Amino acid sequence: MPEPAFPSIALGPLLPTLFVLGAAGLVLLLDLLPRRSGKEHLAAVGLAGVVGGLLATLWRWGSNGRAFHDMIVLDGLALFANVVICYAAALVILLSVDYLGRAGAESGEYYALVLFATAGMMLLAAAGDLIVVFLALELMSLSLYVLAGLFKSPLAAGEASMKYFLLGAFASSFMLYGIALVYGATGATNLERVGAAAAAQGHAPLLAIGLGLLLVGFGFKTSFVPFHMWAPDVYQGAPTSVTALIATGSKAAAFAALIRVLVVALRSAQADWTVLLWAVAVVTMTLGNVVAIAQSNLKRMLAYSSIAHAGYMLVGLVAGGAPGAGAVLFYLLAYAFTTVGTFGVITLCTRAGQEAVEVADYAGLARRHPVLAATLGLFLLSLVGIPPLAGFVGKFYLFAAAVRAGYVWLAVIGVLNSAVAAYYYLRVIVYMYMREPDASPTAWAPSFSGGLALVIALIGIVLLGVIPAPFADLAQAAVAPLLR
Amino acid sequence: MIGRRAHWVAVPALLGSFISACVVFGGVAGGATYTPTLFSWIVAGDFETSVAAHVDALTGVMLLVVTGVGFLIHLYSVGYMHDDPGYARYFAYLNLFVFSMTMLVLAGNFLLLYVFWEAVGLCSYLLIGFWYTRPAAAQAGKKAFIVNRVGDFGFGLGIMWLWTVFGTLDYGPVFDGAATLSPATATGIALLLFLGACGKSAQLPLHTWLPDAMEGPTPVSALIHAATMVTAGVYMVARSHVLFERSGVALDVVAWVGVATALFAATIGLVQTDIKRVLAYSTVSQLGYMFAAVGLGAYAAGIFHLVTHAFFKALLFLGAGSVIHGLGGEQDLRKMGGLSSRMMTTTITTTVGALGLAGLPGLAGFFSKDEILAAAFHGGQRVIWALLLAGAFLTAFYSARLLFLAFYSAPRMTKAVAHHAHESPAVMTLPLSVLAILTVVAGLAVGIPSEHGTRFARFLAPVFPVHEAAHGGLAGLMLLVMAVVVFAAGVTLAWVLYMSGPVRAEAIGRPRNPVHALLLNAYHVDALYDGVIVRPLFVLSTFLARIFDLKVVDGLVNAIGRVVVAGAAGLRRIQTGYTVNYALTMLAGAVFLVAFLLSR
Repeated sequence: MPEPAFPSIALGPLLPTLFVLGAAGLVLLLDLLPRRSGKEHLAAVGLAGVVGGLLATLWRWGSNGRAFHDMIVLDGLALFANVVICYAAALVILLSVDYLGRAGAESGEYYALVLFATAGMMLLAAAGDLIVVFLALELMSLSLYVLAGLFKSPLAAGEASMKYFLLGAFASSFMLYGIALVYGATGATNLERVGAAAAAQGHAPLLAIGLGLLLVGFGFKTSFVPFHMWAPDVYQGAPTSVTALIATGSKAAAFAALIRVLVVALRSAQADWTVLLWAVAVVTMTLGNVVAIAQSNLKRMLAYSSIAHAGYMLVGLVAGGAPGAGAVLFYLLAYAFTTVGTFGVITLCTRAGQEAVEVADYAGLARRHPVLAATLGLFLLSLVGIPPLAGFVGKFYLFAAAVRAGYVWLAVIGVLNSAVAAYYYLRVIVYMYMREPDASPTAWAPSFSGGLALVIALIGIVLLGVIPAPFADLAQAAVAPLLR
Repeated sequence: MIGRRAHWVAVPALLGSFISACVVFGGVAGGATYTPTLFSWIVAGDFETSVAAHVDALTGVMLLVVTGVGFLIHLYSVGYMHDDPGYARYFAYLNLFVFSMTMLVLAGNFLLLYVFWEAVGLCSYLLIGFWYTRPAAAQAGKKAFIVNRVGDFGFGLGIMWLWTVFGTLDYGPVFDGAATLSPATATGIALLLFLGACGKSAQLPLHTWLPDAMEGPTPVSALIHAATMVTAGVYMVARSHVLFERSGVALDVVAWVGVATALFAATIGLVQTDIKRVLAYSTVSQLGYMFAAVGLGAYAAGIFHLVTHAFFKALLFLGAGSVIHGLGGEQDLRKMGGLSSRMMTTTITTTVGALGLAGLPGLAGFFSKDEILAAAFHGGQRVIWALLLAGAFLTAFYSARLLFLAFYSAPRMTKAVAHHAHESPAVMTLPLSVLAILTVVAGLAVGIPSEHGTRFARFLAPVFPVHEAAHGGLAGLMLLVMAVVVFAAGVTLAWVLYMSGPVRAEAIGRPRNPVHALLLNAYHVDALYDGVIVRPLFVLSTFLARIFDLKVVDGLVNAIGRVVVAGAAGLRRIQTGYTVNYALTMLAGAVFLVAFLLSR
């Protein structure tokens, strides 16, 4: 009998993801054991898995691993995205421990789903094949749909989850159709072969439609206008810790995959998608910032802010080249720290037994909890883009790349948008520092792990703001090989 | 919390940095230069700058002065500030200052220099206004900051100009490339840099902030406003001397501004009645000597005077602080006198300091001042030499006047104060003694002139070429005699005026004639600036604020704001909440994307 021929399997490039997946399985298993009080041990396992993934990522740094016939490509881009994703996931797990306890929603599934979502994000960033892009996207999305509806009450949570699922499925179908058309046009799903075939055949209608439909799928995940409408409802309705993960991890993964698809598979159509993304960036930035002004709910405001930030990052994609794409990666890192921190403060604030989510809930916070108010203030200033915080440097690199690539007007529009954005971020600071608290003041729920997460995030935004150059160099080096 | 025990953190920290400075000094003593780069700091397009140090003999000397004198003054502060409610805040600021100052002298490029130039300015502001509940202190802090901004504006422009010419701000390439500059460009850059130095080192016409800075605690006056920060301008000019030399004109400007300031401030110092203000004008005047020296190309002499001045002026301020402390806050010379019997250590050490300033042969100040005078004389600048010699006479007079009035004349304070007067604790007198010893030995150890310059100048030879000036001979002897004569004349005149008979306190500090009145009012410079600059600007800004800003700018901003808010309210309605509408929007978007891509 002939020996069965196994395909050669290189697990090295999968190592970071395997840590997270392994932790997810372990969490499910441990959750079956007789009940202990609390679920902190599951959080610890989850945290260990994510930190393991991070360490594996750092261990693989500088390598360029491929597995499963180039379906998985763990190159610089994927590794950098992994760092962002793992940091975001680790901070979210730290924030979740006491937050879930207070909400009475402790469950093993929560941590398992967070880990599955994280694994999906990491795979998405490393996907070298359109099929893997789709699979990873689904692994991530399905986990997030469930997480968004994890809280049984209020009703908004269920509504958010349902909307997210329906619209997500809608977007996925566009994407799948796009993949099918690209395959039809080029005969390949592997990104590099798609790229080669697309370059050979020039402008083909089938490929153009495929590109458009792919962009719909990515646009949904990264929340460009007009595929952004789910974001405010989901951000508002989902548990805040989950919102933080959706805003940072899933966005980082989707942007990493988008960069890879655009520059590896669809570089021949660069002129086309650059013009398109130029317009989308302008509309996304402007709509996000303008509508954020009218919001009174902090989470909803941050949802619109997140849309606007996606617009800024599109500026980097339009600028193109290593400076542009590197700036996007740097921005993802800066944005992850800032945003997880901002949502982190919200998870710690309660008012009259409820989570404090209205901007008005933060009136006079500085009087009662000066440290907490100052922390939130710093995160908000980073979102505005005030030096020496990470947000400023991130924006600077994005707009500098745009100016250098000749998109001066795009940079001007971006800067004007930042000015508009200052209004609604600073409004929160005005509430915290210049308004009197009313009868039922906002209290904060002390949480060691939550405080630790905030401290890490604070160190992150200050470090990235004060010595940005090494990180920016790493980000550029991460994308440079793709752009050769 | 730390609170009262803040010095257990702050003082050992300084000792640690002093020991490190000694190690660094040992490393550069052989003439080596180190240029380590810590990390790349800002990279933006063509602009790249690192956090990098430039360590050579000059850096070593500055580091020793900053950390050594800094350590002594930290120690002294433990006693001086012991019952101040802001004790911990004081030490935090003081440590921040020493950090910034050491970084300033360590910086390896102009941008880093500028950053810490501003940082020491910030510390100066915070410490001048340390007692911020006193309006005078708060005002003085603001004044120091604003006047310095004027100088720093020029300094910033100079640095930008350097960048446009060289494309880098690192010392190495800039100084190497200085020879390629056209003299006009070099003059422009050097003068702008010098404007910054004028602000920081209180030279004409930006000197007005330093006398007011005496509102800060006295140890601060000693450390920041005498020994270290105010000398940053001298350091910077010496550091970038190749730029100034390329210009030539700029060097002359530096020398003449120095000379003018030296004389100008010394004359004001003759008549002041506040002990700290005498010392403040003296500091301005001595800084003028340093600038005169570097302007004459005698960089080593200028830096040597910087070092000896750091010793004896810190000593004088600390001695004055000890007097103020012992008299329960009294700063008026008219209400002092007779302290020699009550405050033994303070009297002896302060006398050493004052004689060092006056130029008693053998003390450090004598040698360093003599170096400057000799450089002027041998350099052929006889007018400058004569003016500086006249300044030395004034210096000897006001130093002796301060000594006589405070310590040796008959007591003029009230009974209660006299009864309370006491010597300061050992933690304060120890730094005084160390500084007094330094004032005595520093000149003899490294300042004796020889055929090849002083030992100090030879030590700095890797940084500044030694001028082979003929120090000996008849001319040298004559200079020496002149210096001694001037010293003796100044002291004698003060003796005649203040010691030969009983001092009538009410007669001092009252204008007797127009010249005296002019000096008492410091030449009315503050009033002049107030009338020519401050008031017109105030009128203009009131107009802009009330009319232009409120009506035009705010109106425009509010209009834009209203439009945006209205737009936000309108756009918000698109978000209906119906999933079907969301899906429809997505579909429309998809159709648009595909249609656009197909149309290309």
